[in-house]
This record gives sequence, C-alpha cells and structure tokens, in this order.
Amino acid sequence: MKNRFDVCIVGAGVVGAAIARELSRYRIRTALLEKEVDVSFGTSKANSGIIHAGFHAPPGTLKAELCVKGSRVFDHLSEELEFPFERRGELVVAFNDEELRILQTLYRTGRRNRVQYLEILGRERTLELEPELSPDVQGALYAPTAGIIGPYEFCFALVENAVANGVRLFLGQKLVWIAPRERSGFQVETSSGLKLESRFLVNAAGLHADEVASCLGLSDFKIIPRKGEEYLLDRRVGGLVRRVIFPVPGATSKGMLVIPTVDGPVMVGPTAEDTEDKEDFSTSREGLKRVFEHAQKMVPAIRTSDIITSFSGLRPVATGGDFIIGPTRIPGFINAAGIQSPGLTASPAIAERVRDCLLTQGLRLEVKPDFNPRRPAFPRIRELVEARRFEQVAEMAAKDPGYGKIVCRCENITEAEVTAAIRRGHTTLDSLKFATRVGTGRCQGGFCTYRLLNILKREAGLDYTAISKKGPGSEILDRSLNKGGQK
Amino acid sequence: MTRRADTLGFEAVVIGAGPAGLAAAVSLRQSGIRKVLVVEREQEPGGILLQCIHNGFGLHRFSEELTGPEYAERYIELAGEAEIEFLFNAIVLDIMPAEGGHRLAVLCEGRGFLQVEAGAVILAMGCRERTRGSINIPGSRPAGVMTAGLAQKLVNILGYLPGKEAVILGSGDIGLIMARRLTWEGVRVKAVVEVQPFPGGLARNIVQCLNDYNIPLYLSHTVSKIHGNRTIEAVEISPIDGHLEPREKGRFTLTCDTLLLSVGLIPENELSAKAGVALHPVTRGPLVDGNLMTSVPGLFACGNVLHVHDLVDWVSEEAETAGINAARYLRGKLTAGRQVSVRGGNLVRYVLPSRLTPGDGATVSLRPITPAEDVMLSVRAGDRVLFRRKYRRIMPSSMLRIKLKDLPAEIDSLEVGFTPSPAGTPAGTEEEA
Repeated sequence: MKNRFDVCIVGAGVVGAAIARELSRYRIRTALLEKEVDVSFGTSKANSGIIHAGFHAPPGTLKAELCVKGSRVFDHLSEELEFPFERRGELVVAFNDEELRILQTLYRTGRRNRVQYLEILGRERTLELEPELSPDVQGALYAPTAGIIGPYEFCFALVENAVANGVRLFLGQKLVWIAPRERSGFQVETSSGLKLESRFLVNAAGLHADEVASCLGLSDFKIIPRKGEEYLLDRRVGGLVRRVIFPVPGATSKGMLVIPTVDGPVMVGPTAEDTEDKEDFSTSREGLKRVFEHAQKMVPAIRTSDIITSFSGLRPVATGGDFIIGPTRIPGFINAAGIQSPGLTASPAIAERVRDCLLTQGLRLEVKPDFNPRRPAFPRIRELVEARRFEQVAEMAAKDPGYGKIVCRCENITEAEVTAAIRRGHTTLDSLKFATRVGTGRCQGGFCTYRLLNILKREAGLDYTAISKKGPGSEILDRSLNKGGQK
Repeated sequence: MTRRADTLGFEAVVIGAGPAGLAAAVSLRQSGIRKVLVVEREQEPGGILLQCIHNGFGLHRFSEELTGPEYAERYIELAGEAEIEFLFNAIVLDIMPAEGGHRLAVLCEGRGFLQVEAGAVILAMGCRERTRGSINIPGSRPAGVMTAGLAQKLVNILGYLPGKEAVILGSGDIGLIMARRLTWEGVRVKAVVEVQPFPGGLARNIVQCLNDYNIPLYLSHTVSKIHGNRTIEAVEISPIDGHLEPREKGRFTLTCDTLLLSVGLIPENELSAKAGVALHPVTRGPLVDGNLMTSVPGLFACGNVLHVHDLVDWVSEEAETAGINAARYLRGKLTAGRQVSVRGGNLVRYVLPSRLTPGDGATVSLRPITPAEDVMLSVRAGDRVLFRRKYRRIMPSSMLRIKLKDLPAEIDSLEVGFTPSPAGTPAGTEEEA
C-alpha cells in the first residue's frame, strides 16, 4: 500500500509544521494532514507574530519551559529557512504603582524561567526607547530577547523544507475516522476518502485536537476556543513603535498589545474571549472598541481611521490551561494539544519533545545523511524597490521576465513570485495572499484579483468558476454570462 | 544609477492612459511638445472607462451620450493622430529628481527595467476604491464581498457573475450602476444601503438604476455585520444614529451571496508621495496651484489622482489644462510669481486649486459638505466679493466648477464659501445642480 507511514501528523499549523520539519531529518516516512486548503490556515495564520521572551507563564509549566527553549533557536532557524524574523524586544508598560509592582512579579517569574537580559526601566528610559508611548507611563519591564516574525511565512517555510526532505503533505483532507490496527498503528480516513496507515499518530489538530482524541475514545481534555481580534494599521503609520508593547497582563491573556510587524505596519490586539463555536472567526464592533481603547492608552497616536484590515483567530485553550504534550493511554497516539500562546515561540521545542516521545515509544530515528536544512526564500523585488536599489531590480527582471510584471501594485509583487507560489501548491486567493502578500495592501485585492484569476487559470489550469478564496464553497465567481459555457 | 538599464528621454511623460492621461498627452502635443510618452500599467489605453459599458459619458464634452469605451475611443484616436508614444504593461516604481527634470524608474513587461527622463511629468494615475477594511464592517471574512468596481470588471470584461443575490453597501455611482447591471443579468439586488442621509451618487443614477427597477435604497443605514464562513450568507443591516453608530432598533437581516462595496474612492498618490509631492488632507490628492502644478516643480496632476470627479467630462477638461501648463513650463513660460492661498469656507468640503496667482484666471472646483438648498456661492478676497453664483440645490455628489476671470493683482488670499440665499430669487446660471 502506497499510503503507509511511520508517523502521521494531524494538523499543519505551526505545531504540526514544526514537528514535520523535525521528523524530516530522519529516515522515516512522515505524512502531514491538513483539513484546510493551505498550511497555517487554522489558528496559526491569525497569530500575532511574536517570539516571546518567556516571563508570562508560571515557572514549572510546559509553557514556560518550551517558550524559553524555543525562543533561543529562532536566529538559527530563520537563517536556515529564510523567514522574516527580528529580535526587536518587548516592553510591558506600567501606568501606576500597582502595575509597577506587577512588573516586579513578572521580572521574578522571568528570572525563574531563565529569561536572559530582563531589565526594569524607569519612566525616562522607557520613553527614550519608545517615544510614542503615552507620557503617563511610569516604567516598564524590558525583554530585549523577544522578537517579531512572519507567522504564516514561518509555517510555509517549515512545511516547504519538510516536503523537500521527503514529508508527504495532504492539504484539504479533513480527518473523519481513526481506527487502531490489530497489532499496532492506526488507519485514518479523510472526508475525501483518502486512506492512510501509520504506526504513530501525532495529534496537532489545534482547535479540533479534542475531537481527534475522541475518535479513539480519549476524553481527558476539551479545547475551548478563545477568540482574539486583531487590527492591522496602514503602512503610513509604520514605525510608531519599534518593540512589542504589552500592558500588564490580565487573568486570561497577556492583554491587548501594540505589535510592530515584520512587514512594516503596526498591528493592535488581540482580544481574548472564550466562545463555543470553533468556526466563528468574526470580528465585532465591541472588540474593535476595546482593542483601540487599550492600545491608545499605551500609544496615543494610534487611530481607528488607520485600520487597513482586521481579522480574528481562535486560540485552542485546553482544560487545565497548560500545553498537553506526550503519550496517551493508546500506544502510538501522541498529543501536541492545547497549544495556545506562546505556542509559536515554543513550536521548535514542542517538535523536539514530540520527537523524543516517539523515540521512547519505539520509533527508530536514524539521521538522513542528505537532509537539507536550507529553504531559500523566493526572491522578491518589493524591498529592493523601497530601498531604491533599482540596479538589482533591473538584473532580476533581465534574468526572469516574470519580475518585469507587477501583479500587485500596492505591495510590488511580481508575476514571478505569484507563479512560483502557485507551483508550490498555493492555488486559492487566500493561499496566494499569505504566500506572497499579493492583495494585502491598501486596495485589498481590488486591482489584482482580476489578474490573479487569469494567472491561476493559466498556471493551475483552473476554470474561472473553480477559483476560490479559501477552498471549496468559497468560489469567487458564480457563473459565466456566456451561456455556451466558458470561453 | 545603473548603466545597464535602458534610458529613454522625453520632453514630457504622462503617468496613466485613462481619460486624464490621454487628454493631458493630447493637450501637450497640441501645445507643441514633440516627444510625449504615456506610461500605462494595463495592456491598452482607456483606464476604468473600458469597464464602464453604460452610457451617460460625454454630455458636456461632446454634447452626446457615449458609453465609457466610446468616450475613451475618441481620445485614443486623438492620441493616435498626435503621434504620442505609449509604454503599456508598465509600472512607474519611483520618481526622482534628475538633471533638467525628473527620472522615472519603470518596470515594463517584456522590456524589463527602464529609466525614463523628462522635463515635465503629469500624474494621472486615477484612484482606487475604499475597501471593507477601511470602513470596518464587523463579522466573518467569507468570499463574495468585493468592491463594486472589481465586480464591474468581472462582469463586463471577464463575463462572469459574482453571485445570485446581492446587497450593495454605499450609493456611490459605481454601486448604483452595478445594481442595474446585475439586475439585467438576472441577479436579485435586494437593497442598496447608504450610511448618509442622502445618496452618494448622482441623482440621475438613483432614478435610472434603482427607482426604475424597484431596488430599495436604505438611507441612514449600514451593514453592521457579515455572516457566513466560506461564502457570505447574509448581512445584518442597521439604522444608524447621529454618530454613525448602528442602532439595534430597526435592525434586519437580508440573505445574499454577494456584497458589493461602493463606499468611496481615494486618489492613488503613493507614487506622488515618493516623489515628495505634498498632499491635500481632504482630497488626498496633491496640493496644486492654478496651473495644476504640484509642490514639486515640473510635476503636474489632473483627473482622479488630483481629486475624485463624478463626470469624466471635467476630468478631460482638467487634464487639458494640466497639459497646456506643463507645455508652458517646459518653455520656461510658467511664471513663478506671487501666489495666494485659496481656502474653503462655509459648507465647503474642499476647494481646488489651493493656491492661485493674482492676475491670472482660473477654474475652481469644489464640493459641499452636505446637501443644501437656495444658497449663494461667493469667492471673497478679504471684504471684496469677486464672484457670486446662486444655486437652487447643492449635493456632495455633484462637484461644482466655476471659472474665475483674471484675479485682481492686489489680493492676499481667497475664500470660497456658501451663504443662505432667500428662496425665490432667480438662480444664477445653468450650472445649478
């Protein structure tokens, strides 16, 4: 049977992606299963994109341990995989004595979690670092090791590298059925009838991890979605802050933040609200108000009129609160569940922990001599244009005529970049948007959608009516005016 | 910069081959400028007119009713006769100062990177539509939500319909035109929803595109939520209060698989900003003087990149002015004399140009903030009234244009504003809206 694997990972969010990439170092057959049309399209793509220093989680928790461990490897990872990452640092800002006291507690937590270079700053030094902060600020906890990252670029890079090293990726395959096989291992089936056999199953199904576990009769945890709304501001307001700005944390979250993004614009959010619906990605008027009230208290120059787009994500919060990583009472079935914040930061460490767990459970891991840790980013002209390095633009366009065709004029994305993404399997408008940034600018696809439809038709061989925003059921066009069918 | 890149030299370059760019280029040639280049990002000239297959264009300019493509064709023919050069599928990435003028960095399909040098540049890049993000409609993010202009292109150029049941948010002209267009093709247009207490589009479009097809227009309402995960399934529509906040009382839901947004246009001035051009806070187009020259000498602007027009006829006229003055600039005949500022007064949302030269005549464009009846428009220099015209009715959707004769030499500033005018007195001219 062709579809026989040693390890099958359920879910290609950042956790599944990091595990897949880690396992791709070894001589085993790995499958990565994703129900959405593209990698990271569940919780991960709505991530705030922060590599946390690690002073928020209580010492002794998996969250604390893996966050600090994970955070350290990102310089090396970003070198190998060429995703955007910058160690900008984070500041928790305090506005009164009570909050200043909480900074001390956070500082102590951070020290116990072994976070390096933590520092408590006075008012003046805080304002010196971030002049756009409110003059009412009294002091801050400064963690220079924190960073910002392109969250979906990171997932794409991990999976592309994993696939290049032999992992099989199955997109748009929702798992519907799991059965333990007679002696050992599992049989799984997806909604489209795909059948796989695997010796080990890794449950990295994010919001749906409890449902996946319950397929095997396991019911020791539940996943409660916790919604977070985020608002992205126009590039015009760009560098308001250089570092990630936190308020002192609340009971259920780290609070609403002001986040510089690797692409330039500032993002504000997220809210934190428990919901029941795992499919509810809506934003609300109340959420917007709350986010801006909090953000403006810290950085008064932030305005709702600068919002360019908004979105919401659902954090998979497991009962118990901490990450659930490890073996279960069903041999070969391993959980990597309940991975909410700081899951992105912890993901490389989670992957190692799952690998060790597989090893303990009897999987033989032999390093591939030909493992290639490098995944070169596809070159783009955007940054070159912004830096007025036209000589390089000219060279690229001379080498590849695709670089001479701008598809997205707001973000300067060329046809070379779009066709390369299509060839790597990103064949919906949202996939292309996250893979290349096409349509993320101020026109929000108003001008480039028409071009993208034509490129997708040509490159992916799709009929116009088959082209969708994010997979089946989200098609852009309903029917042709030409009754005889398509031109 | 690099020597490997081709460098092309022209007297004048026009950016954009829509109605503004075409008219500006023709005007440059007619003013005796020999080497004129038009850089256009699409593969053919005409701009947005090409997707506007309805009629109603050209009433002022050609005294007949043309479709968008027909109107464009008139200027494309003129451009052909004038031997204007075109660079199609080409994007201007940047504008930088160069010896004797400006240097453009251009990326052109099939030719790669090019440098173009010219003594004068006319900005005619048009505008873009405001999006869902810029008006913050809460709810989910499904397929089926798009701007009216994109829908127009998909229907009229590609020949495909976005859905079966549509709601249109915003009563801008493109939205109104699309309400009728979709109805003709069998799409059920259930409502047009407008947040303001008055329509955003021209009165004739309300009649011809909505009333004639019994499409309800909800004024002072907004779409307060979008429902549906994969494709849009319904919209929640709410009346709004005095602060444009949606109210619960009177809220209702319409099912639909398409939501078109016609919520305003924004001049596309990212390139102008890169070139150092100062922008107007209200129009978001360049600040210009009476010659339509921007704050950067030798850079001119016209059409929707300067301010959003409701009639293409005025775009063409404005572009001709820009062409004539760019030609004068190239000959060194544009005097850098004293200029005075022009301010918008009572009821005026914006007035353009923002600077005028005493002694010169000028065409002044303006838009009112709200609809009003029986008003007097006056142009004042201090206590002195230079111009007056009475209007029976003014609407924010209708731009007003007045032609001022030579301004007195001794004025220090100008203010354009409205004052109430007793009903019954005869209206000034044929220009009443």
